[in-house]
Amino acid sequence: MSIQAPSLPGGPPGARSRRIGPGAASRHALLVARRDLLQVRGNPQLLIFLLVQPILFVLLFVYVFGGAISGSSRQYVQYVIPGIIVQTVTFATAVTGIGLNEDLAKGIIDRFRSLPIARSAVLAGRILADAVRLVASLAVILGVGMLLGFRITSSPPVALGGLLLIIAFGMALSWLAALIGLSVRNPETAQSAGFIWMFPLIFASSVFAPPETMPGWLQPFVDVNPITVATDALRGMLAGGPVLDPAIKTLAWTAALTVVFAPLAIRRYRRLS
Amino acid sequence: MAVMIRTEGLAKRFGATQALDGVDLEVQSGTVLGLLGPNGAGKTTAVRILATLLAPSGGRAQVGGYDLASQPQLVRQLIALTGQYAAVDENLSGTENLSMLGRLLGMAKREAGGRAAELLERFDLAEAGSRTVKTYSGGMRRRLDLAASLVGRPPVLFLDEPTTGLDPRSRNGLWGVVRELVAEETTVLLTTQYMEEADQLSHQIAVIDQGQVIAKGTPDELKAKIGGQVLEVRPADPADVDRAAQLLAELTGNEATVDRDIRQIGVPMPDPAWLPVAVRRLDEAGITVVDLALRRPSLDEVFLALTGRPAEAPPPEDRQATERSAA
Repeated sequence: MSIQAPSLPGGPPGARSRRIGPGAASRHALLVARRDLLQVRGNPQLLIFLLVQPILFVLLFVYVFGGAISGSSRQYVQYVIPGIIVQTVTFATAVTGIGLNEDLAKGIIDRFRSLPIARSAVLAGRILADAVRLVASLAVILGVGMLLGFRITSSPPVALGGLLLIIAFGMALSWLAALIGLSVRNPETAQSAGFIWMFPLIFASSVFAPPETMPGWLQPFVDVNPITVATDALRGMLAGGPVLDPAIKTLAWTAALTVVFAPLAIRRYRRLS
Repeated sequence: MAVMIRTEGLAKRFGATQALDGVDLEVQSGTVLGLLGPNGAGKTTAVRILATLLAPSGGRAQVGGYDLASQPQLVRQLIALTGQYAAVDENLSGTENLSMLGRLLGMAKREAGGRAAELLERFDLAEAGSRTVKTYSGGMRRRLDLAASLVGRPPVLFLDEPTTGLDPRSRNGLWGVVRELVAEETTVLLTTQYMEEADQLSHQIAVIDQGQVIAKGTPDELKAKIGGQVLEVRPADPADVDRAAQLLAELTGNEATVDRDIRQIGVPMPDPAWLPVAVRRLDEAGITVVDLALRRPSLDEVFLALTGRPAEAPPPEDRQATERSAA
């Protein structure tokens, strides 16, 4: 049995087409990203999370633990700022998962999925928006750090390269966060599932304290921990120290996380029901 | 008239649950099909499949002549969906919600802004347009949600329980919009568990129960299916209600339904000629009647006759709460 295609009244603007080209797909992703960013303005909690919390972390660690860890808070600033940047970037990726899960729970993703737009738009837009948020958080921490005495000792291109490397690393983690956000049942679970795995990774790393001071059994974990290598790379590229080895490892982690979790998140998104 | 939506043997299984079990539907262009059934009958599953959100596990479906399985991208260019709760972005303003959708549908900035303003006006939201949706009432959100579906002027609209949880005024407003859209040649598939709603809006009704269509037809045909008319009687004295119900049941040989709150008895009456007899018997029994009428059966009664059980719709608040926690 066949159905005669009826002449259709009205209809969306533009010709009906079967395929969405890369140009249109990027436009869709940008529009979704813009929407995700506009949300921050309407959501002061998120703004606090993204901007105020990192500042609190900087102040707390520098003035409370700095003396104990590095002998003086002045010295500790130089050590901890790259670490707190990596920590903030890692935390911020959880927003990807939580945001996706909220959109899912509210039916907003259903609306996007029933629109004639690129299937990639929702995820790509979300991760793009995340990158913009990362840049903002990063600028705030660097600014506060510099007020407290942090100095970039490398050349500007190297420093910039370090920051870009961390943003790429954060976007790779976003895919994992996206997978979690699309897999759990409600925003509350997304909230806890989005953060819980981050704590051991962040604290058992070189973010806040030199790994040499940690017990021997912990050190193998600390050494392979992606947060450690990312922190070491950024530290090297901003404030001096070994660069090549941690940078290559960070790139490898970034590639590995993306290769594993991007397809899984996309597959999960496609199979939403 | 062309067929705009057609499903053949549509089936969907979720684990051990057969949510849809061979559903055949046909909706003519520019008409409303009311998909009527109780909670969990499979209405939402059917709509989600037709809106390309869910792949069926059996059967096939076409919208506007395009096959859902092989041409979903083309189907999406014809459809819009308004679900059971407002899928609008709380952190954006009404205008931003609508113009973002316009832009996603390929409109230029100015055009999308114009369309947003037009829709906000139509849905009585013009003044609230610049406020974030967080500040909107439930009814306003639902109106914005429907407006969001209409941004691209879709020729096919799916409305999944559009009035659940709305107050009567908002509900009537929404019915008015649906009628306007149909006058503009929009094809609508509407799910509802409110009999009155299906009766008011639909050209055709499909009654769905446990994943199967158990009856199809125009509202009048469906009502005729259970045969004849219903005699409605309201005794003046609440004490007479049971006696009157028994008397009418004996007279007609049909079971009488009693609504104690409004002292109303309803009993199917196969032949109107029995009306005078009924009046005489009530009079003989000394029962004073304040209201007595013959009417067409309601769709509630149709459902009872078709399935042998009443179509029980829990109060909207409870339903939303349970569905949210299940989501």
